[in-house]
Amino acid sequence: MRTLRETDVMVIGGGPAGLSAAAEAASFGCDVTLVESDLALGGQLIKQTHKFFGSKDERAGTRGFKISELLLEELSGYGNVKAYTNCTATGYYPEDGVVTCVRAEDEYFKIKPKKIVMATGAQERLIPFPNNHLPGVYGAGAVQTLMNVYGVKPGDKVLMVGAGNIGLIVSYQLIQAGVQVAGIVEAMDKVGGYWVHAAKVRRLGVPIYLRHTIVEAIGEQYVTGAVIQEIDERFQPQGERKSVDVDIICMAVGLSPTCELLWQAGCEMVFVPELCGYVAQRDRNMRTSHKDIWVAGDAAGIEEASSAMVEGRIAGVSTARALGRGTHEEHEKRLAEYHRRLDDLRGGEVGEKICQGLSCCTVDCWEV
Amino acid sequence: MKLIEEHPILDFKHGKRVTFSFDGRQLEGYEGEPIAAALHANGVKVYRETPVRKQPRGFFCAIGKCSSCFMVVDGVPNVRTCITPLKEGMHVETQRGKGVIPAISDKGKR
Repeated sequence: MRTLRETDVMVIGGGPAGLSAAAEAASFGCDVTLVESDLALGGQLIKQTHKFFGSKDERAGTRGFKISELLLEELSGYGNVKAYTNCTATGYYPEDGVVTCVRAEDEYFKIKPKKIVMATGAQERLIPFPNNHLPGVYGAGAVQTLMNVYGVKPGDKVLMVGAGNIGLIVSYQLIQAGVQVAGIVEAMDKVGGYWVHAAKVRRLGVPIYLRHTIVEAIGEQYVTGAVIQEIDERFQPQGERKSVDVDIICMAVGLSPTCELLWQAGCEMVFVPELCGYVAQRDRNMRTSHKDIWVAGDAAGIEEASSAMVEGRIAGVSTARALGRGTHEEHEKRLAEYHRRLDDLRGGEVGEKICQGLSCCTVDCWEV
Repeated sequence: MKLIEEHPILDFKHGKRVTFSFDGRQLEGYEGEPIAAALHANGVKVYRETPVRKQPRGFFCAIGKCSSCFMVVDGVPNVRTCITPLKEGMHVETQRGKGVIPAISDKGKR
């Protein structure tokens, strides 16, 4: 722990939000240090084989992993960004503003940044059912990592739990990887994800069981099957228990923001169901109640990658401005542009829930 | 190894093929890829056994957050194998219980 590294802006998390924040802050000449716990930069983007929706500004029509390559290319143009992979930020110490990091499992060091952007992303939720601990019950993101990043076949036959966009997209990706999808169970009475994603898997013969849930995983050492059952209006199982012969149970039942460091830093937190958990209160430019800490992406509330990238850019400009880098005109110009893009992404029916959630955690401005 | 041979969109570029041991068995994997991914490709799904109820645990979150894939790697317990890169000659073992942290003198060059 002898080394103390100093930096203007520390970005924690190298996914869509973090990479965008780093690029933006670096473009104003800030010295940026980015830490990413995974072995590669790009976050969830590197696992996405589908073409993005959203708007042209956020590269709609481009596949997720390509967007990650474009962001990395942008970042490589700046000599003032230092990125560490396989490096986890383990703690924030409010008394001196130091962030402790561990690289691999055994190299510890400290960073003292002037400003921090927390772009720590999200973690997957699990629902309770007997034997949900068995190997073979995997998060949807984990299944994507195995097959889309490392080319490993996760199994032979999968039961997907959850018909939101992630459940639908990952089901399609499993079929692309040559894995059979036995079916998708969804507790609600309608598909949660976009119709177009549901249509794609249905066309390939994958049944979507609405008002159904998993009630048990079967197996001794690892999953050899699953039991599904219909549920009533109060989500209680009823009727016939159906056995499905699968070796993977893939959980796509939602995400929660990763917010431990924000709690440690003493940021004011609020529980917002629409944003899927506890999130930091923030102003319009993503600054939290802690004057040196910003938040962006899923860590600020579960949404999707396009808006995460724009939030990252806003946080990046805002940190640079707080450090006195760049001109007032340039800050105003870029922030206006990014806010316009965010509003575009959140327009329409899909964005209503997000906007409702944001109204519960956004402040006009922090008292000075 | 259970690898995806053909993919309509992705083109997998694996690194150098290396040998490592898992509970005394010699297995192959790709250098720099997570230990857990290499094990999964070899059909290994159980990575540890819980301390009290002796239940199996394996891969789960793949982002180094859930503690499910802790294993003993080169004598060191509680290694997050989903985000630890594989190296030639690594000794990977199923972790039983909480694991024992090796004394400094036993650690060799670590």
